[in-house]
Amino acid sequence: MKWMYTSQRKEYANALTEVGKERTDVVVLDADLSSSTRTSEFAKSFPERFFNCGIAEQNMIGTAAGLAAAGKTVFASTFAAFATGRCWDQIRQAVAYSNLDVKIVATHAGITVGPDGATHQALEDIAIMRVLPNMTVIVPADGAETYKAIKAIAKYKGPCYVRLGRSDVPLVTSMETPFEVGKASLLKEGSDITLAACGQMVAVCLEAAEELESKGISAEVLNVSTIKPLDKEAIAKSVEKTGCIVTAEEHSIEGGLGSAVCEFLCETYPVPQQRIGTPACFGESGESDALMKKYGLTKERVIEASEKVIRRKK
Amino acid sequence: MTLYDDQTIQELEAKAKIIRCHAIKMIYAAKSGHPGGSLSAADLITALFFKIMKHDSSNPHWEERDKFVLSKGHAAPSYYAALAECGYFPTDELLTLRKVDSNLQGHPCRQKTRGVEVSTGSLGQGLSMANGLALAAKLDRSGSRIYCICGDGELQEGQNWEAAMLAAQYKLDNLTLFIDRNKLQIDGPTEQVMSLEPLVDKWLAFGWNLIEINGHDMRQILEACDKAKETTGKPTVIIANTIKGKGVSFMEGAIGFHGKAPNEDEYKIALKELGDCA
Repeated sequence: MKWMYTSQRKEYANALTEVGKERTDVVVLDADLSSSTRTSEFAKSFPERFFNCGIAEQNMIGTAAGLAAAGKTVFASTFAAFATGRCWDQIRQAVAYSNLDVKIVATHAGITVGPDGATHQALEDIAIMRVLPNMTVIVPADGAETYKAIKAIAKYKGPCYVRLGRSDVPLVTSMETPFEVGKASLLKEGSDITLAACGQMVAVCLEAAEELESKGISAEVLNVSTIKPLDKEAIAKSVEKTGCIVTAEEHSIEGGLGSAVCEFLCETYPVPQQRIGTPACFGESGESDALMKKYGLTKERVIEASEKVIRRKK
Repeated sequence: MTLYDDQTIQELEAKAKIIRCHAIKMIYAAKSGHPGGSLSAADLITALFFKIMKHDSSNPHWEERDKFVLSKGHAAPSYYAALAECGYFPTDELLTLRKVDSNLQGHPCRQKTRGVEVSTGSLGQGLSMANGLALAAKLDRSGSRIYCICGDGELQEGQNWEAAMLAAQYKLDNLTLFIDRNKLQIDGPTEQVMSLEPLVDKWLAFGWNLIEINGHDMRQILEACDKAKETTGKPTVIIANTIKGKGVSFMEGAIGFHGKAPNEDEYKIALKELGDCA
């Protein structure tokens, strides 16, 4: 497949600046990474509503909670590893417990952070955000969906975690396709297997689906960009038709999208399932593509897993 | 500088006794809670709610109101008592503290308790939230002032010092922080567990306006708040030297009463010493 590549960070900056223009109650915080997260664009347009908190993520989240308690809608950004792990207790106690309007938009998530290595590769962030009551978790598939997700969460009440990557990613949605928090979207219809993915693994699944087609296997592809609340209806509807499912995410196989789908299906409509994700281990330095391959985030692995679950169907 | 007449001071002192009585009754009824820190902060809380802060219990979301953050959330009994005495909810409700289905959680909860601005309890987070409230007040030009009380032991949490930097960086002169310096924490004296001294030097080094007072002297508390209001360009920290368990003889300076409810005999003596006025 030939893809057009888009930057999630660039679209975050575009959407955030537009939201800032529309609403004076929107405030942005960053922790010394504004040039990387691109909140610097918002800062340029609205310097009085941008607060750099320095390299101090815990205080950034607490400050965000205070601003939100005073009625502001707050976007707080830094790298995913620090935005979730470094200040999980602050997110839990100050933000989620009070159900405040704090939008944590983290960039540089996943293994594709690349050469910086394991310290900077958030592979557990979906898991630790999704267990928090009141928290909404969104993993956009591409730049267009990032733009739409940011616009949507600005209007959505309550805490949100949005997970973005560093690299440019294939464009699998369009500016015209609708985005709704909590709704998965059907990108390709099929009847033999459901491929449910988030982030840049959506493109990988579309590629896998194309190849499966040539093997006579009809794969349905769901873009599950909201991990929490999970679009149970869409997933149930799809597996009732296909009878098996493969999930794929650039995240540990423990606790992410795959786990969320398992938790739901095992109690409602158990079908053979296989999870694609990084194994439960830390990452390492390397080029993005090499790491995706080494950690099994490839089309080939999706195809292999698909054939395996289809065999388990009877 | 406002001069406070003796009658004002005496009325506040009487109010502080009522707050202390409520706190003891609540903790006794709950059979758990933190009497030591509730009593050490009682005078600060009383001064804030009954004299210093502009607020209106009939309109808790009044935009111009001053806001309070109890970073040492375990002193919730005194906080709840002050809210109830101000009319945010009936004083009868106080005895539901820490019980199932109560609006009065063991630590302050914004979602459940009328008048509570932010949820606290995990130590070291209140000052950051106060920063956020103060930044918002600046953005809105509301003239609202933010008051925060931190325990001294909780200053061992590094987040406080991140917050101290931010407050100075953004010149949050609408923020006043009290440190309830009772010098005791669960495992012992603060200076033995993890020394905080020289505490004055630390805050000065972080760029704050600093005032040191006796945290049980009502006049000193009021005058310090007034000085803080007059200070521009920097946040104010008021180091309030206090006695843990203040007001109940056998709880004063007693580490054992950090997080333990009095038994029946102790309860009776405590109430008697406080004049059983609530």
